[in-house]
Amino acid sequence: MNIYRSHVLICGGTGCASSRSDKIEEKFNEVLLDKELDKEIQVIRTGCFGLCEAGPIVIVYPEGAFYSHIKIEDVPEIVEEHLLKGRIVKSKLFKESFDNEKIKSVNEVDFYKKQKRLALKNCGVINPEDITEYIAMDGYLALGKALTEMTPQDVIEVIKDSGLRGRGGGGFSSGLKWQFTANAEGDEKYILCNADEGDPGAFMDRSILEGDPHAVIEAMALAGYAIGAKQGYVYVRAEYPIAVDRLQIAIDQARSKGLLGKNIFGTDFEFDMEIRLGAGAFVCGEETALIASIEGERGMPRPKPPFPANKGLWGKPTLINNVETYANVPLIILKGAEWFRSIGTEKSPGTKVFALGGKINNTGLVEIPMGTSLKEVIYDIGGGIPEGKAFKAVQTGGPSGGCLTSDFIDTPIDFDSLTALGSMMGSGGMIVMDEDNCMVDIARFFLDFTVEESCGKCPPCRIGTKRMLEILEKITEGNGEPEDLDRLERLAENIKTSALCGLGQTAPNPVLSTLKYFRDEYEAHVHEKRCPAGACKSLLAYTIDEEKCKGCTLCAKACPVDAIEGERKENHIIHQDKCIKCGACLDKCPFGAVLLA
Amino acid sequence: MNMITITIDNQQISVPENSTVLEAARNQGIDIPTLCYLKDINEVGACRMCLVDVEGARTLQTACVLPVTEGMNVKTNTKKVREARKATLELILSNHDRECLTCARNKNCELQTISDDLGVREISFPGESIVRPVDTSSPSIVRDPNKCILCGRCVSVCSEVQNVGVLSFTNRGYETTVAPAFERGMDDIPCINCGQCISVCPVAALREKEEIDYVWEAIDDPKKHVVVQTAPAVRAALGEDFGLEMGTSVTGKMVASLRRLGFDKIFDTDFGADLTIMEEGYELLDRLQNGGTLPMITSCSPGWVKFCELYYPEFLDNLSSCKSPAQMTGAIIKTYYAKKNGINPEDIYVVSVMPCSAKKFEADREELSHNGLQDIDAVLTTRELSKMIKEARIDFLKLQDEEFDEILGESTGAGVIFGATGGVMEAALRTVSEVVLEKELESIDFEGVRGIEGIKEATIELGDQTLNIAVVHSTGQASKVLDMIKNGEKEYHFIEVMGCSGGCVAGGGQPYITAQDRWTKDIRQERAKALYGEDKNKKIRKSHENPMIKKVYDEFLVKPNSHKSHELLHTHYIKREKYTL
Repeated sequence: MNIYRSHVLICGGTGCASSRSDKIEEKFNEVLLDKELDKEIQVIRTGCFGLCEAGPIVIVYPEGAFYSHIKIEDVPEIVEEHLLKGRIVKSKLFKESFDNEKIKSVNEVDFYKKQKRLALKNCGVINPEDITEYIAMDGYLALGKALTEMTPQDVIEVIKDSGLRGRGGGGFSSGLKWQFTANAEGDEKYILCNADEGDPGAFMDRSILEGDPHAVIEAMALAGYAIGAKQGYVYVRAEYPIAVDRLQIAIDQARSKGLLGKNIFGTDFEFDMEIRLGAGAFVCGEETALIASIEGERGMPRPKPPFPANKGLWGKPTLINNVETYANVPLIILKGAEWFRSIGTEKSPGTKVFALGGKINNTGLVEIPMGTSLKEVIYDIGGGIPEGKAFKAVQTGGPSGGCLTSDFIDTPIDFDSLTALGSMMGSGGMIVMDEDNCMVDIARFFLDFTVEESCGKCPPCRIGTKRMLEILEKITEGNGEPEDLDRLERLAENIKTSALCGLGQTAPNPVLSTLKYFRDEYEAHVHEKRCPAGACKSLLAYTIDEEKCKGCTLCAKACPVDAIEGERKENHIIHQDKCIKCGACLDKCPFGAVLLA
Repeated sequence: MNMITITIDNQQISVPENSTVLEAARNQGIDIPTLCYLKDINEVGACRMCLVDVEGARTLQTACVLPVTEGMNVKTNTKKVREARKATLELILSNHDRECLTCARNKNCELQTISDDLGVREISFPGESIVRPVDTSSPSIVRDPNKCILCGRCVSVCSEVQNVGVLSFTNRGYETTVAPAFERGMDDIPCINCGQCISVCPVAALREKEEIDYVWEAIDDPKKHVVVQTAPAVRAALGEDFGLEMGTSVTGKMVASLRRLGFDKIFDTDFGADLTIMEEGYELLDRLQNGGTLPMITSCSPGWVKFCELYYPEFLDNLSSCKSPAQMTGAIIKTYYAKKNGINPEDIYVVSVMPCSAKKFEADREELSHNGLQDIDAVLTTRELSKMIKEARIDFLKLQDEEFDEILGESTGAGVIFGATGGVMEAALRTVSEVVLEKELESIDFEGVRGIEGIKEATIELGDQTLNIAVVHSTGQASKVLDMIKNGEKEYHFIEVMGCSGGCVAGGGQPYITAQDRWTKDIRQERAKALYGEDKNKKIRKSHENPMIKKVYDEFLVKPNSHKSHELLHTHYIKREKYTL
């Protein structure tokens, strides 16, 4: 085994991979070979570091130097200066890592400082394509412990005692789910992993599969032991090619090491698993739809009960958890329920991964202890709102969640507090909005997504969401009538109580929460035909200030639809009936004479 | 069975532990509306009409699929429940072609009924509705997606009961539609035309292709000699469209009404059934005695025949070469009858009234013709006949019974029971047994082949030979039997297959039965009773004893399976491709 003096960790998550971090890795290897440093310095492609905004990311240990936005042409300099001469290349460091002439290691950067990485603990740390690296991080120790020292019921008890709740949406007690499935009568049982992450912007499950696939495999084997199942399936969307590849590599490696298959750890326990690819329907994240899809049926949910614990895949008792939930399991078995409960809040122990997006500086993936406030996440970790704009709202839980205002920014994040406010944890999407976002338009945007993704089985979701969208479009286009708000509310409430599955039942959340917290914005659209945020195009009017207009004709020339009339050196006017509100005139006017109201 | 206690609308009741809330409530006299639900066939909880409030549940629950649990407390009529049902129904209506007055299902539409029952007086949520083309490509089935409410009943019956599965949900969300693969035409897919999708459709999204106008046109044409024949199952159900109890036989009134409608001759397909027994019976004997392909399988049901051609072509040699009774009757009308009465066959227009939509497809088959004339010119379903009777303002219930016309109106009890599952087998056994044994049977009631069990088997002693026979109904059950034969698990000599569950009495052309009525009655049994009753009262109950049959053989066909018979009464089958590009 080689002893290396330095390790160069290159992010191989989807974001950095899209920015060709594979080429950066190649370049490092090429230059190191050239400099004959390849025996001293190891280059490792890891999973996602989380701070996607700074990608491609390269971290050099032992210093923990945090290089951001790295290009291929930066590589020779880093090798020459840092790895050969021992001088950190300050100009390439992440902005916050080089502050007041002081170099901060990656762990001192605010983005990471307040995080507590459990589910993501190996992401950005190990090479996910090498099982020995996972084993070196205590991987498969929990499985060994369970198989040799614990009964299946012991395992379930630990999960129950830990208070772990499902990270995929509803936050149901994982331990109870395991217990129900263990108790269910059945000659065969199955373990499923829900990796059909569908919330726009959410990519924690993807990152875990890409960065630490063995954690999921180990957890599923543990679950198999606990409930008495021999076979597992990971249902993952085909749009996650890197995750699929790495998971398959991991399964193959685990199998070759005897960690999947028969007689695991020399015991009678056998467990194996396969990947099932989904075609990327949001609804297939709903567990009964997911099961239907694995069975080869159209991905449509069915009413529950019966729950999958009793009647799941091919009618057999089935345990289904999502990726992030599983990622917590080996740690809980290894460190105990008490340790897990010491993190987070009483009712929501542990951590939660969030995908930060929207109007926020540090776009990326963060894992925080439950109970951290929205404010800490948005400002301390997320770095606040860009361009000094004012925070307006945050949407948690993806398209099924709700929008929360600045009044609730101190809310500690856990399952129950978010639900109480009319939003939800969901899978952990967190989209920040600033003063330029119109909340009616935001609701319309999310509805547009659910309308597209409805499976079409039940009328409240299939037709109801479409009707809500139509009303929202009417309002944002300036055609809203006073009774539309009541109609919208009645429709939303009914869909919530009568839709078949979670997708439909939560689809009205963006509408209901914005109606609750931003009703004045709706009213402004309906009564005054005005969009307070200035986002709804139909409600905007471009006009020309007579005082300022010099008659230069630049605006008229820029207008793509000839909506502007006026002679040279005379006042110009914009014909509202022709104007398509593209804003070209405003951009062109050198005198600030074009007004937007 | 273990009983548990639950509370519905404050009434504490004891119910079997495997009940659903819907069953528990209805048994207690508390009705819960349903729309997509169809007992044993479509239990999917999609339409949300049966929503009820269950204490402790986060959202409203679908009673149709919700299992009862001990101590469960259910409310079926709260403000929340009423509001949810109504709002959902208004949504369904908002995307439904609401031209009720001109709709084929006007007055017998389940959506119309529930809208009235739930008191919908306005559509609170109007919006875009998608207009799609109506598919009239099939000779049997019209698919109108603008009427479809996506309940999924047709999808379930087609795949689960019939094992055909040509209809499915396609597209997603608001664009979702029930359609064949790639939205091909109904004539361009491996559909067997059985019309079970029509029978279960609560609205007019699936309906038969009407031929009423052609029939009126023929009747109104003085040059045409218009002959009508009616299948056995029609008489067992036609009365339902005029308010009579299910299972009331209306043979005499039916004949009277056909005469009022202006048909020149009214014949009975039962005659053709007797003829079929003669031909098929002798064909069976021939196969048994001369090493022919066995088991022989009946070929009266055009949906079944097409199913076999599409999905089990390796069994085509097993199909009896006999045409169906209706086609045989048609062929005899245009030859023997025409000649005897000095009518040019080209001037004869044969209408058959059938309980079946596949018969429309069958009548169009090229090989079912003679001298360039199709055996049958138009096929009406039972439902179409009742529409014509209503249009002609005939007071059906006040009609005096009348008799079929000579000479193809004479039939036996054996011919009548052709309309129910097991009937063809029983009729064949009555004749074959007597022919082989050369003596009269003591009992001609073969009870073992009656009833609605999916697959019925029996062993019949026939002289020194023992016959293994099977009776199956629905193409789904037929596939099971054929698979067992292929695997070597079963060996039979003779099998009766009817394409629809219950046989022709429950065919795809019979009067509509609402899901609510299917809940309380088994239409297959009720209608079959009418036929078995008629059989019992017939003077002649064996096909070979039908004097008119004897006469036709004496004067025209010579003997069963003669050269003439083969020319007119037998046919052949073709292997069909499921999907052609």
